[in-house]
Amino acid sequence: MIRVQQNDFIVADEYQKLATDNQDGAVVTFVGKVRDFNEGLGVQGLSLEHYPGMTEKVLSNLETEARGQWPLNKVTIIHRVGDLTLGEQIVFIGVSSPHRKAAFAACEFLIDFLKTKAPFWKKELTSAGSKWLDAKASDDEVAQQWSTKLNH
Amino acid sequence: MIKILFFARLREQLSTDCLQIPASENITTEHIRQQLANTDDLWAKVMRTDSLLVAVNQQITDWSHSVKSGDEVAFFPPVTGG
Repeated sequence: MIRVQQNDFIVADEYQKLATDNQDGAVVTFVGKVRDFNEGLGVQGLSLEHYPGMTEKVLSNLETEARGQWPLNKVTIIHRVGDLTLGEQIVFIGVSSPHRKAAFAACEFLIDFLKTKAPFWKKELTSAGSKWLDAKASDDEVAQQWSTKLNH
Repeated sequence: MIKILFFARLREQLSTDCLQIPASENITTEHIRQQLANTDDLWAKVMRTDSLLVAVNQQITDWSHSVKSGDEVAFFPPVTGG
């Protein structure tokens, strides 16, 4: 299930939906939050923009890729857009699988590729004004490392 | 017509989120980029940003991708979600 929304999500509710099938021995979830620092500046909040339509397609393709790599049952990807304040939840990734290692790996794969492929853009509100974030080379490297890992 | 979209920093720099241009024969994403860059100095600077990305019909592509009438072409900076 893929959702791009302004509203917050409740982790307990999402967990419940992921954890209903007895065939699954593992549920792994990840939550990304608005933190209070970036590049030495105090962050007060962020504004998230996205490309409606393309975002959902990219996330759906990532889910398909993950399902091709690991035995997954349920997959949930939620990403919020609009104005968010310090400490708020931004993104939820949850997967269920019969196996622990598959669930961990798929969850990490999904967040790593969401960060480098899905058309979202963050604008930070700091003490020095608002500023669009630059993409990090380190995030691209992390995504590239997957191609090595998955070829083993 | 070809629908052109701009997002994030580009949208703000250009004060434009969407425009339409007439379609012509045998044009590519690079042709559209150049055409937009010819608007004025501001557009030239923004459209020649090295890190600029382009998508045609909601799929990331390169600068030699051909574009036809009815296509949706989007320009945007590298993504920073998650």
